[in-house]
Amino acid sequence: MCLAVPSKVIELKGEYAAEIEYLGNRRDVSITLVPDVKQGDWVLVHAGFALEIIDEQYAAESLKLWREMNDELAIT
Amino acid sequence: MNWQLLKSFRNPQIVKELSVILDNRIALVTGKLGRPPVLMEVCGTHTMAFSKTGIRSIVRDKIVLKSGPGCPVCVTAQTDIDMMIELAKCPGVILTTFGDMMRVPGSYSNLLEERAKGADVRVVYSPLDALKIAREFPNHEVVFLGIGFETTVPIIAMSIKEAVKQSLKNFSLFSVHKAAAPVISVLIKDQTLNIDGFILPGHVSVVIGESGFSFMAEETDIPAVIAGFDPVDLLQGLIMIIEMIVEEKKGVGNQYTRLVKPEGNQVAQQAIRNYFTEVTAEWRGIGSIPGSGLVLKEEYAGLDACRKFSVQAPPARKVKGCLCGEIIKGKATPFQCSLFDKACSPVTPVGPCMVSVEGTCSAYYNYDRGGNW
Repeated sequence: MCLAVPSKVIELKGEYAAEIEYLGNRRDVSITLVPDVKQGDWVLVHAGFALEIIDEQYAAESLKLWREMNDELAIT
Repeated sequence: MNWQLLKSFRNPQIVKELSVILDNRIALVTGKLGRPPVLMEVCGTHTMAFSKTGIRSIVRDKIVLKSGPGCPVCVTAQTDIDMMIELAKCPGVILTTFGDMMRVPGSYSNLLEERAKGADVRVVYSPLDALKIAREFPNHEVVFLGIGFETTVPIIAMSIKEAVKQSLKNFSLFSVHKAAAPVISVLIKDQTLNIDGFILPGHVSVVIGESGFSFMAEETDIPAVIAGFDPVDLLQGLIMIIEMIVEEKKGVGNQYTRLVKPEGNQVAQQAIRNYFTEVTAEWRGIGSIPGSGLVLKEEYAGLDACRKFSVQAPPARKVKGCLCGEIIKGKATPFQCSLFDKACSPVTPVGPCMVSVEGTCSAYYNYDRGGNW
């Protein structure tokens, strides 16, 4: 029920809606819960609403963290 | 941002290497505790993700991974399901719902059966679709079944805002929405569960933030980690929670930083506060929990299906042998239910945990059968 998918914002359609794309599928969603969203952002979409903007820096950091853990394990 | 970066969270090579790290951490924690750690995921989407990715089966001899009350369809009380079915039977009502609810067994029938008998029950993708139906059919009463945790509630709140704006008089909400934090508060006090660590719901946390679970550090020594849903997220979440157990840290860790902020989505939280109020709610298998139900505020009573329609649910009937109530609490596994994979399967579900794709029984049936559990 809390299933939500990452989607790319293709085009803002006024103040309240945007066209998004996920795996080639496009649809309009409400952006009333993410007022700061910009074209080109990736958002989490749930039941016709963008729920949050995905933070690229944190995404990259999560993956970096794994690499550090992996290196540490190789040493020990 | 590019798709490749997000796809890395599903990269088989990273998953393989994380599994090695996880094994190392499991050895540490098992050495410390003298037994395998007992963890619980409290989110139906996690239940599904752990099973579907195969992670549940690769860790099954090393971690006791319990599934908790995280599937909103499953935790809905039988009387509420019976009420929904009664609403569908009301003349002139178009009942709109997310697809998960259609086959959930009521005491005497389900929504799919009622539709076959002539009731107008429609599956929608978004509550906004229900508003559209209300505009198209002004002579009908359109009822939306509001079900789900804090992830879904702001979306319903924004739809209520839209209904008010459009002065829709023929739309109403039957709300059985629930908050995740109060049930976790109940679980941490349950001595019989012996949980060493919790995996907290990632998408609920997107809305309520890390701060939504800050009560845990005050109420318990049991640590918790907010995790995402891709295989890399799940493994990192397990590694983080095990490290917290080993280091005897309490409080809430956050693996899902790309989406979960410390303060959450405040626009979404405000939307919930604007339209909903907390009440005591009844949970299947658990009973009533104060402050765990979210219903429309008094000023939106005109949009509340409970007040608009005077329907009475028939006396609820308990199905003999169904262990859904115990499974929801993490006190039994589907494999301990005598009906599982016999009388109860996704084709002929007896209890709600087998109906919802995120139900524990459904996830274990589809992905974890055949092992020696």
